[in-house]
Parts: sequence; C-alpha cells; structure tokens
Amino acid sequence: MKINNARNNILNRLKTSLKSESEPVAHDVPDSLDWGVDDRLLHFNKQLQAANAEVHDATKDNWLITLKHICSTKRLKNLLFSPATPWGAQILERSYEFPTFKHFDYPIDEWKPALFDGIDAAFTSTHGGIAETGTIILWPDTHEPRLISLVPPVHIALVEKTEIYSTFADALKTQNWIKTGLPTNILLISGPSKSADIEQTLTYGVHGPKELVIILV
Amino acid sequence: MTTEFRKHIQHALTQREVQANTKNVVNRLRNHRRAALSDQADWQRLRRQSTAIRTHAVDKLPQLLELLEDKLTQNGIRVHWAETTEQANQIVLTIMQQHNASFVIKGKSMVSEEMGLNHYLKAHGIECLESDLGELIIQLANEQPSHIIVPALHKNRKQIARLFHTYFPATPYTEDINALAQSARHFLRHKFATAPVGLTGVNFMVAETGTLCLVENEGNGRMCSSVPPVHIAVSGIEKVVEHLSDVPPLLRMLTRSATGQSITTYFNMISSPRKPDEKDGPLEVHLVLLDNGRSRIYNDLELRDTLNCIRCGACMNHCPIYKHIGGHAYQTVIPGPIGTILEPQKSGLNLYGELTQVSTLCGACREVCPVSIPIPKIINRLRWEYIRQSACNIPGAGSGKKKTEAIVWKIWAWSCVHPVVYNRIGRTITNMRSLIGRILKKISAWTAVRSTPKLTKTTLHERLKALKIEDK
Amino acid sequence: MNLTPTNASSKPDSVYFYGTCLIDLLYPQAGVSAVHLLKREGVNVIYPQAQTCCGQPAWNSGYRDEALTVARAQLALFSKPIPIVVPSASCAGMIKVHYPELFNAQPDKSKALDIAERTYELTEFLTDILNINLTDLGAPVTVAVHSSCSARHEMKVADRIDILLDQLHNVTHAEPANKEECCGFGGTFAIKQPEISAAMVLEKAKAIEYTNAQRLIGQDCGCLMNIGCALEKQGHTITHQHIAKFLWDRTGGPHRDN
Repeated sequence: MKINNARNNILNRLKTSLKSESEPVAHDVPDSLDWGVDDRLLHFNKQLQAANAEVHDATKDNWLITLKHICSTKRLKNLLFSPATPWGAQILERSYEFPTFKHFDYPIDEWKPALFDGIDAAFTSTHGGIAETGTIILWPDTHEPRLISLVPPVHIALVEKTEIYSTFADALKTQNWIKTGLPTNILLISGPSKSADIEQTLTYGVHGPKELVIILV
Repeated sequence: MTTEFRKHIQHALTQREVQANTKNVVNRLRNHRRAALSDQADWQRLRRQSTAIRTHAVDKLPQLLELLEDKLTQNGIRVHWAETTEQANQIVLTIMQQHNASFVIKGKSMVSEEMGLNHYLKAHGIECLESDLGELIIQLANEQPSHIIVPALHKNRKQIARLFHTYFPATPYTEDINALAQSARHFLRHKFATAPVGLTGVNFMVAETGTLCLVENEGNGRMCSSVPPVHIAVSGIEKVVEHLSDVPPLLRMLTRSATGQSITTYFNMISSPRKPDEKDGPLEVHLVLLDNGRSRIYNDLELRDTLNCIRCGACMNHCPIYKHIGGHAYQTVIPGPIGTILEPQKSGLNLYGELTQVSTLCGACREVCPVSIPIPKIINRLRWEYIRQSACNIPGAGSGKKKTEAIVWKIWAWSCVHPVVYNRIGRTITNMRSLIGRILKKISAWTAVRSTPKLTKTTLHERLKALKIEDK
Repeated sequence: MNLTPTNASSKPDSVYFYGTCLIDLLYPQAGVSAVHLLKREGVNVIYPQAQTCCGQPAWNSGYRDEALTVARAQLALFSKPIPIVVPSASCAGMIKVHYPELFNAQPDKSKALDIAERTYELTEFLTDILNINLTDLGAPVTVAVHSSCSARHEMKVADRIDILLDQLHNVTHAEPANKEECCGFGGTFAIKQPEISAAMVLEKAKAIEYTNAQRLIGQDCGCLMNIGCALEKQGHTITHQHIAKFLWDRTGGPHRDN
C-alpha cells in the first residue's frame, strides 16, 4: 500500500517537473572499428594477455591437443564441462585422455558444495569475443550455467576466431541481441578476477577464477 | 568561528598517513585515466556521446522508469519503489524476513551506503558482510568508504595487514598484497556458498530490455548476484538508460574515467531470475528503486544535471581538495566534487551547506567528467541558494545567511558602483599601506603560510591617468 | 569594421583595457606594462577610469544581487564595439563566461552578451589577435609558469603564456610537477578555508621551488600573489611577476615605475 504510494509519488513528481528537450544522441562515434580479421585477432590477443589471461592459438582439428596440454601443464586433477555442447561432446569422446571429468546435470542447490570445493578447472564455450577490449562473451545456458565460469579457480574458454567483433557495440549489433532477446544472464569477461583495492596494486584471483585461459580456433 | 565541519577538515589535514595514501592512489588513478583518454579529439567525441545518452535518459526519466518496470516485471524481476532510505531499508528487511534469512552477502553498492543498510539490518538482527575487497577492509575497520570506486584508498598495505591479522588470526601476518587478497578470498568463499541472500548495486538499468548491469573486477558482484537463491539489487532511480545500445559507450567511459581500464574484468547483464530449465542463478531477483530526493533535484533544470552522474569517481581523483583532505573529511556518503553538489541537494543545505564553500571552483572536476556535469556552476548556484530566502525547493535554502556578511557585500557593491568612492577607498588604502599591511599581517588565515601582499603607492587608475591614457 | 575582433586576422585600432582590482591595488606595474605592450603593437588603449571590479567575488560567494549591481556598472563602460582586454583570465572569465549566466533573465542581457563576446584575456589577445612578435633583450633566466585554473578550464587559453615565452630565446621554461593543479587561492576560499588553501599552496610552492626557477610567471595576479607570498614566507628567493611586466621588461622596458 505504502509502496504503491511511493511509486506513484515518485513518478508524479517526475512527471510534473519542468520539461527539457535534450539533443538527440550524437552518432559521430562509430559502433565498430575498421579492423580486418587479423587486426581483430591481434588486438584480442594483445588485450587479453595484457589482462594476464593466457591465449592459445589452435584449430578446430587440433584444439583438443591444446586443451590436453593445458590440463597437463596446470596439473589439473579434474575438469568441469558440459558434454551436451558440441565442443563438450568432443572432449567426452576422448575423455580417457583428460583428467577426471565433472559434470552437474541438476540444480545448483545440490552441487554447490562440490562446485566450491574440489573443482580444479572448468571449460566453457563462448558467444564470441571483443577485440578492442580483449573480452569473451558468455551467454550461460542450461548446459553451461553461469557459475562454472566463476567458481572454479581456472576457467578455460573456447573462442571461434570468426566470432571476434571489433567492439562491444559491434558484437551487440551484429549478433542482433535486441531481436534475439536477452538471456537470463550475459557476461563479458576480460581476464582473470582481479583487484586494485589495496594501494592500486593489481592482484589476481580475488573471488573469481585466478586464471583465464583462452583457446582460439 | 570554527565550525564542526572545519574541525573535521583540520583533523583530516593532520592525518599524514591518510594524506600520503590518498595522494598516492589518486595520482595513480590520474595517470591511468590519462593513458586511457589521451587523444583529445577522441575524448571530446566520446564525452559528447555519453553526455547526450545520459541527458536524454534523465530527461525521459519518468517514461523510462515505467518502461523499465514493465520490462523487468515481464522478465520476472520484482520491482520495489522507495521514496526514502527508510522505506528502502524496510523493503530489504521484508524480503529478508520472507526468506527467514539472517545473513546477507553484499557486493559494492553506494546506494546501500546511502541507505545505511548495514546498520539498519544489524539493528534487526541481520548480519551484512561486504565482499568487495575494499569494502570488506573498511567494514572490518568499522569505517566509511573514503572513495566511491576505491573505498579503502586511505589505507595502506601495512594498515590492512594489521587489520586482517586481527580479524583472521589463523592467517599469518603479511604485507604481501597477493597474500592479503587471498586471505579475503579464503574467508569469503564459504560465505558466498552459504548466504541465503546476495545484495548488489547497479551501474546501468536498460529500460527497453529490462536488464540490470553490474561492472566489477573481482567477481564478488557475480558471486552475490548468482550464487545465493535470492538477489536484491538496489539503485537510485536515475541509473536508467533507454537503449541497450546506450550501454557500450557508457561502459567505455565509466571504466576509462574511473581507473583507465578499457573494460573491467566482468560486465554482468542480468535480465531475469533463474528460468525453469536453468541450473543456477537466483530464484528471485528484486530491484529496489530509491528516490531519496532525486525527484526533487529533477524539478530544477539546472540542478538536474547532477543526476547524469555515472559514479566513475574521476572528479574526486582530480580534485585538489579531495587529494588533500581525503574522503572522510566530507562527512558524506559520497565525497569529492560530485558529493559536494549531490549531498546538500539530497539531505539539505542546512546539513551540508558548508560543503559548498569547500571548492576553489577550479574546474578540474568539470574537465574530466565523462558526462559533462557542470559541477562548479552547480556549486555556485548552491552557494546562492545557501544564503538567500528563495522559492527554491532545496531543503535548508537560506540557512547559511549571515547578517554581517550580507552587509559587507552590500557595502562592497555600493562602493564598486561609485567609482569616486571606490577610488577614494583605493587611495586611502594605498596611502595607509603600512598600517593596512600591519592589519593584514594579523589575518592569520593568510599569513600562516604566506607573507603579506605589498600594497602599491599609486594605483593603476592613477598611473594610467598620469600616462594620459584615454578614459573614454 | 576592422574595429570588431570578429575578423581575427585584422588588428583592431583601439581596445578597452580592464585593469582588475588586484592589479589596481597590488600590481599596477602589470597593468601599465600590458598597456605599453598593446600600444607598442599600434593599438590605442582606452582605460575607463570609472571601472572598479567585475563582480566576481560576490558572484562566487552566492551574492548574486550584489554581483549584478557591480557588473551592471561595468557594462556601461564599454559602449564602443571594440575588444576589451583583461590582464587576468579569472576576471576575463567572469565577463566572458559568467556575465551571460548572471544577466540571463535581465533586461540588459544582450548588452552583457555583446560585452562577453568582445572580452579577451591579455595573453590570448597578444597571440591570437595581435600575432605579437617578441625579441628578447633580457639576460638568461629560468622561469616556472603557473597558469590559472580560469585560464586553463574556463577561458581555455593556458597555453598562450607558453607560446609567448617560447619567443624569448634567453628564457628557459621549467615545468613544475602537477602544473595543472589549482594553487588553492580561489578568491575568498583562501580566507574561508585557510587550512586547505594552505596545504594546497605549500604543495604548489614546493613544486615550483623544485624546478630551480628564478622567477614565477603567470597570467593571474591572484594565483601569483598566493604562491609568491607562500614562497616568500618559506624563505625562497623565487620572485613572482605577471606575464605582462615580464614581457615588457625583457622586450622594451624597463619603464619607470614603483
């Protein structure tokens, strides 16, 4: 009752206020940058590495070898991924070559403790990347829920080179987010978790993953 | 007369360690920003764009809020409206009680600071835990944030090391920043996993899609908004933008202006609670929209620009006064230049009117503001409202009026419109310059650190007359 | 009409000179030097003797009625359509930027706008309008420059003083740390908030001392007085001087004064 009043009171005050017509939004800033595929790759790589992420160049044929290499270099005891995605299915096919694989096919409430304690790394696909800022785009879904890119200490993400856009605005426009409709959650990730809250000095792995590893195919 | 406020400033100026810490961080932030926005033409274009987006959104505020509410509701996010901080606190408390929750894990939110939420919930038996590293530090120290982006910038690693050692005795004393951050990670991980409710602020709300956007680096914002079964977001009503396409340019300006980053580690866009086929994410998402004076500020077209703010903190990083006195001396939720114009408007000139005097009007804040808020102009306007009885609806208008001061200005104005008088005063002053010099010497406000200015024997008026410079 | 400054390439025959009250009482040599410089460039200078103050102290203190009264009296001084040259970015900024705000709802608004349009800060006028050419006759000297915040952020002419000094081949130009930061003067601010002002000016003085300059130069006497007096009180030998006096002394003067 009181709350409804609050809503109406606020809106009434705003609506009865003086009107001002602002100028239309200027369009002299382009949505995208004039970069070819190579430029986009170069910037994407450079920015991510500057943000302390690892980037591995691979192909659609040999990326599993890259992933295997990452798992062994980092001595991962297990890997969380979804076998239901096309990329995940490929890992599953050769699961004998990988650390113990983990998968949760039920609501979080049942796997929260296991997720927070005992997962070494998670693998996810991506919804593309942004070159200007060195960013991966994630549209978490039923197969790859949002927490798997957040809770485990290592996040390994696969990005298709053809899906790297020059800017955020470019990605949003080219992928036509408005028409597609926004999912529950979209994440832009541009490196491992970090903080500069102490003396403006960077430290990594504060609450999210300590390492972000990108496999480019 | 030394007011309470002046005393705080005097105290702040004696805090050498705080001053050194503040200057250190502020200088770093300035350099970071400069590196990110060095191209002047580029900066001007980006600023025009961001300014237009924010001005447009603020001008359409009532329509956009209604659209936002519609979209959010369609998406399954529950929208609550609060006219006052008291109402906002009650809303949060009610949600907590509905879930029998006695613990809430918090992401960084200046609106929750404005609400005094932690105190309020504590009084109702609910524990709040800050999870942003900087906010955790000041919560452990039982202090207020001294900066809106870097809440603990007034503390150095040694002070933080001592603090952590006291609160986490199991971890050995260390001044290593990585180790300190890891002890916070260790301490908070279990808390994220078990918290029944997470609470965060909001950076942008997109009306056309019903989306809440969160900007952060640590991942604690993501934790708070996606691990607990209930997520409560709190926001000022002004944070809405119309289009999804408005977000990339604002994000770009926000992060570059704040810390010089081209983007933060995480940009989190939340458009709904967990859907039936999804495995994680909160089952309930609530948005609390707080007015607390904003709709009043809205009614004045000049003051309305205050609401354009995207809380990047660049104005405080570049303010010479903030740099010297630090955030706490302001005694407000939001310090620095933006706080100087926002807090008196929100809470009243009777409470914060004196703040309007704490500016040289140097204009550094306006220069770096990514959305072109004319902060010095608004300070000037508030100084006017502070000393006059007016129809203006800022609470406490006229509360700074002082009879003697008003008379001095009247006399000054009178002499300035009577050149004969003015020149006679000028001549009297210069004739009696040794006496006046001695009087000036007594003005310790000036002479504490400066010598007495030397009055001239003959004024410019007299000299140019003597040089036969034309008069008309 | 080559009297109007709108055509920047043509030199005006005459200008009004608006001396400012600080220069009137404390630094008249700066005003006299500025007049000499203008005259040497072939510009006739008119100095309305009825001028007093631009009204800025009242405007910045929230006393708008008093500011308006005083400003209105100044409007009456500049009836000819010729430029108004002000040897202070702070006072020039008051006229150029704030008169239009101050007179916004006033019957004489158009007069204020006209005067605002015609107002120039001195270094801006010497470089942009007069394209002045300077020949340095002085001995080698190292100077530090403090550009006022009004010059930098309001009038946007902070670089003009550098352009002028660069023409003087015997002058070495040292750059203080944080040169763009406010010195803490702020008019009445220095008296109303003496503690912060002191902290600011001491930091500024230190930065200038650190340059090993022999002299501090600026385009605003308020800041110069603030920093200069602070340097003096701390026992430093760095003297302070308005750009007009410095230029005149090195290129044609010294004229008799003091």
